[in-house]
Amino acid sequence: MRSRIHPNLNFFPARRFAGVFALAMIPLLCWGQTQQRPSTAIESHIGNLTGHARNAQGTYRRYCVGCHGKQGDGEGENAQWIDPKPRDFTLARYKCRSTPTGTLPTDQDLYDSIGRGLNASNMPSWNTLTRQERADLVAFVKHFSARWQNEKPGTPISIPPQPEATADRINNGRELYQKLQCWKCHGLDGRSKGPDAATLADDQDRPIKPFNFVEESRFKCGATNADLYKIFMTGLDGTPMPAYIDTVKPEEAWDLVFYLRTLQPLRTREKQIQMSSSKQP
Amino acid sequence: MPSPRKAGWWFVAIVLLGCAPQAHAIPAFARKYGMRCSACHEAWPMLNAFGQKFKDNGYQLLNGRDAPIWQNPSYWPVTFRITPVWHRESDSQVAVNTSSGTNNGAAQIASSGFDLSGLDFHTGGTIEKNISFYVLPSSDSTGAFHFETVMARFDNLAGNSWLNVKLGKFELDNLVSEKRILTLSNDGGVYQIYHFIPPGDGNVFGQIGDNQLGVELMGHSVDDRTRYSAALISSNDGNVNLSAGANSYSGFFTFSHAFDTGKLGLQRFGAYAMVGEAATVYATSTTATGGIATTNPPAPVFVTSPIGGSGIGNKPFQREGFVGIFYLSKVSVQVVTQHGWDSAWFGAGYGQGSSGFNNSSGTTLPAGSRAPSWNGAFVETHYIWSPQLVFIQRSEWVRMSQQAQAASASSLGNLDAYTVACRWYPIMNSRAGLALHPEYSWVRQIGTAPVTGANLETSSLMIGVDFAF
Repeated sequence: MRSRIHPNLNFFPARRFAGVFALAMIPLLCWGQTQQRPSTAIESHIGNLTGHARNAQGTYRRYCVGCHGKQGDGEGENAQWIDPKPRDFTLARYKCRSTPTGTLPTDQDLYDSIGRGLNASNMPSWNTLTRQERADLVAFVKHFSARWQNEKPGTPISIPPQPEATADRINNGRELYQKLQCWKCHGLDGRSKGPDAATLADDQDRPIKPFNFVEESRFKCGATNADLYKIFMTGLDGTPMPAYIDTVKPEEAWDLVFYLRTLQPLRTREKQIQMSSSKQP
Repeated sequence: MPSPRKAGWWFVAIVLLGCAPQAHAIPAFARKYGMRCSACHEAWPMLNAFGQKFKDNGYQLLNGRDAPIWQNPSYWPVTFRITPVWHRESDSQVAVNTSSGTNNGAAQIASSGFDLSGLDFHTGGTIEKNISFYVLPSSDSTGAFHFETVMARFDNLAGNSWLNVKLGKFELDNLVSEKRILTLSNDGGVYQIYHFIPPGDGNVFGQIGDNQLGVELMGHSVDDRTRYSAALISSNDGNVNLSAGANSYSGFFTFSHAFDTGKLGLQRFGAYAMVGEAATVYATSTTATGGIATTNPPAPVFVTSPIGGSGIGNKPFQREGFVGIFYLSKVSVQVVTQHGWDSAWFGAGYGQGSSGFNNSSGTTLPAGSRAPSWNGAFVETHYIWSPQLVFIQRSEWVRMSQQAQAASASSLGNLDAYTVACRWYPIMNSRAGLALHPEYSWVRQIGTAPVTGANLETSSLMIGVDFAF
């Protein structure tokens, strides 16, 4: 078929083609020189999946490097424009964990964060990646910090079954909100305008805003009641949000969950219970 | 003038400079969300799964920061794209005048030189959370503008990702998007089966590659693995001012699902169908268009032409096929098939809106007229060395399965097209994109050369700098 092309088109002699091919290889060489390789063959384990850091090199470069940076230090080319700032993987300090404060998260925690994204931040949900790609990324993220070689992840906290929400429990949660002084940051009405809100900073001394319960429908680390329970029992490491697992009993924690649900811009069952109880004589 | 060897060294130097640290500039969505082009594009402008989800969500990340109120007031969602090129075009059978008459000879014409592509101004994003828009004024290389895309979209109706409605002029929901094609040359810059019309056929309305005017209902799963769309469009081939039928509409439907195959990646399978009808009968008017200079005084010339928007006598047509997008590590393969069918009226040349034949009252089809049909497919392969370097190959074939006239050769209109290209993006960041783009494409169609009726062969060779800011 090619031989039927008009003779005038055969102006690309082999020698010239070889030269052009050689030139075309130059960018390949340039690219190859800039490749970074994981220092270790770190793995991740999520269910029956095993992720390999070495396999996520291209995925990280494609999706993550712009914010988290080549070195994983959160200093990507976009970091200066982003608020909140991208996570610094070299510190291995993560907000969204199922493990106690100060400990490393589980691989599953990191996997969930990648798939879910972090609401009200520039971190979107990467659930379009395959499960294997996400597992590989977890391993790659871990390779940035030596903590993963020297420490083991914490043991996930246990979350008791969620009790039935009642008006009394919601009221108890409101009192707990006062008692724990959540209002100092999140505000009496949950609009993140508490007296301390303007002074908050993260662990790298960068200004940080408390969560606005009234305007945000999803939490940073998940949207379910169990996610919310986990957030204030384990705290958000690297932020002023402390862990309350040592000061709040599990049943009280659920009461707080129920109360916070009444603040959100959602049609929650808790809000209905609160409204119906307030109508009763 | 430098010797070829010196020129070669200069070229090497320029290429090496391309390996320098990347510059910063600001395309619209990348600037808004602070992401590199590669986050959404397998190789810019072709979307990857994440980019497709972003588009399906109404150009939203759904991270609680999509509404424009979250952006710096100086943010203006505009990107322009243009491609200065050197290219060589060859046409094997051009009708030319000869000493014995006009357009009665055929000659091969090949020309080359520096040139420009058209210019696109992309502006899109959100008007409010879950209300998105896209406006794309686009010019040809002379600077004559038209609206390629204008649409508003209501996203996630009732909080449900399965319900999204858009209205305006938009690209049909082709999983393999021609608007995001990686090949740019005159011959290779289109998917032939998205525009295929049999020789002599008057149906210009079934071109699924052209943006169309209408309304689209679209939905997808949260992870975008499963998606569907149904569009109702005017049978105007995207032309404004109701230029064709008075009451003719077409439908375009797609469904697809992507499977997670572990280390291989996502494999998407889908199907599409366009079922439509378009006018073949037009009211006509006659106008004088000046005079013949050879008479004194000049005699007026009267031209009778169909009136746009008056078309009735709708006749049916359809296009349907399968789509597959497959990944195998660094290789991705896109496969699109098509079966096309036009009413015999279109096959006989009726239906081209205000510029074609008119099936006026009492007209009958020529004896032996049949409904033309054909089958086509293309396979496009990408070797994605990295997000910044991709090699592209495409092979495309169309075979007539039934000619509009029984007397026609069975192969009349059969088409073969082959394209090879490479795109190297020395700059691909969250601010700008620039690609060096060499490409060669060759197309042959059987028996369609003017004058001689021989096979028509055309080819394009180009090297260009494709950039967006």
